Amino acid sequence: MASSLRREDVAKVAKLARLTLSEAELDEFTAQLGQVLEHANDIAALDLEGVVATAHPFGLINVVRADERRASLARDDVLAMAPDTQDGRFAVPRIMGEAP
Amino acid sequence: MTLRDGWEMVIGLEVHTELKTSTKMFCGCANEFGSEPNTNVCPVCLGLPGSLPVLNVRAVDLAMAIGFALHSTIGFSTFHRKNYFYPDMPKDFQISQYDLPINSGGYLDLPDGSRVTIERAHLEEDTGKSTHLGGSGRIHGADRSLVDYNRSGVPLVEIVSGPDIRSSAQARGYASELRGILIATGASDGRMEEGSMRIDANVSVRRPGDPLGTRCEIKNLNSLRSLHRAIDYEAARQVELVEGGAKVRQETRHWDEHLGETSTMRTKEEAEDYRYFREPDLVDLVPDTAWQERIRAGLGAMPAERRATLLARLTDPTPSQLDALEVVVDLGFDDLVLAAIDAGVEAPLALARAANELAAAIDDIANLTQDAFIATLTMEQGGELSATQAKTVLLELLAHAGDPRAIAAAKGFEQLSSDSLGETVAALITQYPDEWARFRDGDEKLAQFFIGQVMKLTKGQANGKAVIAELQSRR
Amino acid sequence: MRSALDIARDVRSGATTAENEMATSLAAIRARNDELNVFLFVDEEGALDAARRVDERVTRGEDVGALAGVPIALKDNLCQSGVPTTAGSKILKGWRPPYSATVVGRLLDAGAVPMGKTNMDEFAMGSSTETSAFGPTRNPLNVERVPGGSSGGSASAVAADMTPLSLGSDTGGSIRQPAALCGLVGVKPTYGLVSRYGLIAFASSLDQIGPFAKNVADAAALLEVIAGHDPMDSTSLPELAPSLLSHVNDGVAGKRVGLVRELFDGAADEVVAEVERAAEALRDAGATIVELSVPEIHLGLSAYYLIAPAEASSNLARYDGVRYGLRVDADDVAAMNEATRTAGFGAEVKRRIMLGTYALSAGYYDAYYGQALKVRTQLIDAFRRAYLEADLLLGATAPTVAFAIGEKTADPMAMYLSDVFTIPTNLAGDAAISVPFGTGEADLPIGVQLLGPGRSEAGLFAAARVLELADGRS
Repeated sequence: MASSLRREDVAKVAKLARLTLSEAELDEFTAQLGQVLEHANDIAALDLEGVVATAHPFGLINVVRADERRASLARDDVLAMAPDTQDGRFAVPRIMGEAP
Repeated sequence: MTLRDGWEMVIGLEVHTELKTSTKMFCGCANEFGSEPNTNVCPVCLGLPGSLPVLNVRAVDLAMAIGFALHSTIGFSTFHRKNYFYPDMPKDFQISQYDLPINSGGYLDLPDGSRVTIERAHLEEDTGKSTHLGGSGRIHGADRSLVDYNRSGVPLVEIVSGPDIRSSAQARGYASELRGILIATGASDGRMEEGSMRIDANVSVRRPGDPLGTRCEIKNLNSLRSLHRAIDYEAARQVELVEGGAKVRQETRHWDEHLGETSTMRTKEEAEDYRYFREPDLVDLVPDTAWQERIRAGLGAMPAERRATLLARLTDPTPSQLDALEVVVDLGFDDLVLAAIDAGVEAPLALARAANELAAAIDDIANLTQDAFIATLTMEQGGELSATQAKTVLLELLAHAGDPRAIAAAKGFEQLSSDSLGETVAALITQYPDEWARFRDGDEKLAQFFIGQVMKLTKGQANGKAVIAELQSRR
Repeated sequence: MRSALDIARDVRSGATTAENEMATSLAAIRARNDELNVFLFVDEEGALDAARRVDERVTRGEDVGALAGVPIALKDNLCQSGVPTTAGSKILKGWRPPYSATVVGRLLDAGAVPMGKTNMDEFAMGSSTETSAFGPTRNPLNVERVPGGSSGGSASAVAADMTPLSLGSDTGGSIRQPAALCGLVGVKPTYGLVSRYGLIAFASSLDQIGPFAKNVADAAALLEVIAGHDPMDSTSLPELAPSLLSHVNDGVAGKRVGLVRELFDGAADEVVAEVERAAEALRDAGATIVELSVPEIHLGLSAYYLIAPAEASSNLARYDGVRYGLRVDADDVAAMNEATRTAGFGAEVKRRIMLGTYALSAGYYDAYYGQALKVRTQLIDAFRRAYLEADLLLGATAPTVAFAIGEKTADPMAMYLSDVFTIPTNLAGDAAISVPFGTGEADLPIGVQLLGPGRSEAGLFAAARVLELADGRS
């Protein structure tokens, strides 16, 4: 059985999802998401021991492609989409930590 | 290095190897090191909205080849998304394998006789590459960063060992042996300096027999030397902590090659919540028996077996010959050396030329045919070429290919006739009566003295063995 | 407006020109788009040029294809190279994809002329087209009402006679529900029948692209054009496009139709009445009606509102301000990501990202997401059992006729509940079609839903055609 949603859970999730929520939004989201999760408790409470999870509706397997080259995009087109570029690369503000 | 006071290191390694495919893991962009930034990119590996991944069959083949070489169980596997934000990861999730990797279990036997278990070897995609501007050019203190996605989506296999390794030397031996296997399977070029093989090390310390200590993970060790040094530093740090009454904190640490020390990157509390879930854009991977057999049948011998084959051709090998043997197998010259031995070349000579002259010109090896190699060594062995001349001919063959006899002739490496060699030796015996007397009385070291003198007089054109034969005949 | 098949026939024969048809479309758009907010982008010159190219091919005697010269509108989550594509979100404002979706290529191959991008709920998250960052779309049949959603723009485009055909996407009912609310035929194809390559993902294991049309034959013709295996989509079914149009008049004689209680329980009386009337019409046409109960359908809503947001939270992570779309500057890259996403996403998208992130996060995965996947299995099994007793199922598409703009925006749960009859098909990966049948309050259309197992589209079109005729539509 899932526990009910707390405001600090919502704050933590917002951080994980890279969203800033105002105090008012925190309250609102806690209430609204709590309502959805409460509805979801009907399935959280089910005993489904031994039932296989379906991540995919059809049992396709081994869909692969040959190791053959296809045209890449023109770099000018790629960089034209970017908010900021330098030296043929995408530019971003400083990165604070190394990749996990 | 050994730890003081009976402390023991416990090490597990995670080795990431880029696979030597022609295209990326999920799209048809070139898998190529060193291209102009952002030229090998498409909607898929840039993570553009609406794009979808399709698995490269060659990546699966190579992952299975690695699995076979590591005695893994190959089976039903699935792809998951590992979710975290990072600018070099275009979808802000990495497609990886989680609870059902393509290869599970297995082991790797090291040349020192020890065995390291393999927990898994799974497929995943590589990230792009950031460069940092301002500050020291490293990530810390930089003002901004630039991202190139050419590497994004390059196929990787991550090979996770059990916590079976007990010293930095063993860790190095494991990494080196694994590298040999990756090259032998054709899965990787093993070029650590280009980042095609990267290692994370999990290190803890304990008193032998005690339960496992708290481990720290050292990220991104890019050479065997760094691996060795980082483990030694980290284990010593942990021993010092524990002996000082402190506890080791579970964390991820960064190895600084210049300072020669590790430092905290992220503590356990700051660890990401990756929210793994099945990648809905990919289907299950179920390599059937026929597919598996095709890969298994295509596998050549692994380094351990190849070393054994070569070793069987050596009589009472010296330590330097054993080193040469490792180099030769590591570089894949063992077939060449075996062919030469089969053709009558003495094993130590074939081994030495392959481990030295050929190894030094590895990038040009395609120029050297097996026949040319054998012919050159046969000439050297038969006294037609001196060692110096034979090496020169090999270098020329490696640089420009060609016929060894023609090269020798063109270089003026005329055979020193046995008559003129005899005259030279006779003259030297007269010139150095004391040395000759000692040699005649059984001091074999003096043979080298006479060889040296002959070489000096003939400007290296004489063959050492021929000189010895000449000396023996006059004893 | 004439049917798509009539237009294509006349374009091919030279009785009309593609340019002429396109001009008619563009005139209709100019007349009402300001009022209805249907199109986010229309390339008038480009569309006329493309139409003229079709005419040139006709003049040269080429086989121009099944949809020769037919104007078609694309939901704005379908990528078309060089054409602004926003998915209804501020975060993609101004983005022009450098590639086209597979379906766009198939449309062009069939001679159709894509002429604009239609409004939608932001990233297809909504049931009314009110969550669009570019304002709500109004229902052409009653401008105080919603057109449904999330493909409300594509539905309105056809309902307002701006174009005879359009494409939408259906993740939990986003084609069928607006089709019902706008009086159109709308199809959610079998998962994998239509390539998703180039469809901006909401929930990858549920999304399917499908057609809107005024009549069953047009919808069948359009689906036939866009269906079939695509090597760019790993989840694409391996077979070629099925033959659909040729089966439209097959009828339902001898077919068993399951009237599923859970697929109309709780709907407005007038909706239930039309479902019952539809059952009678099918019986009159020779089908047997079997009353069925599939209780697992009730669990579908909860499972859907965990699975879809979970996948969405991951699919929408890429909107981080680094490579394309909006960027809101900040001192470091993580702060920039957060500022961009906070400014770029609307409230409903944030709600679903939050919900999905939570459902996948450590400690909650098993209770929510993991459990939802198992419910999905149970639902699939339940449908499989139902299809042993019936060839196809009948129910309502939406609980009510089109509701008023603003009526449900303050109450997300009420909005979610309006998808209860359509969601199960997406979870099962099956096929379903909504066909207009009768009218209700304020003379607004009611849609009934026909559901079938995977790859049953031909049978569904045939049954839909029976209802179309029974309801007095040609």
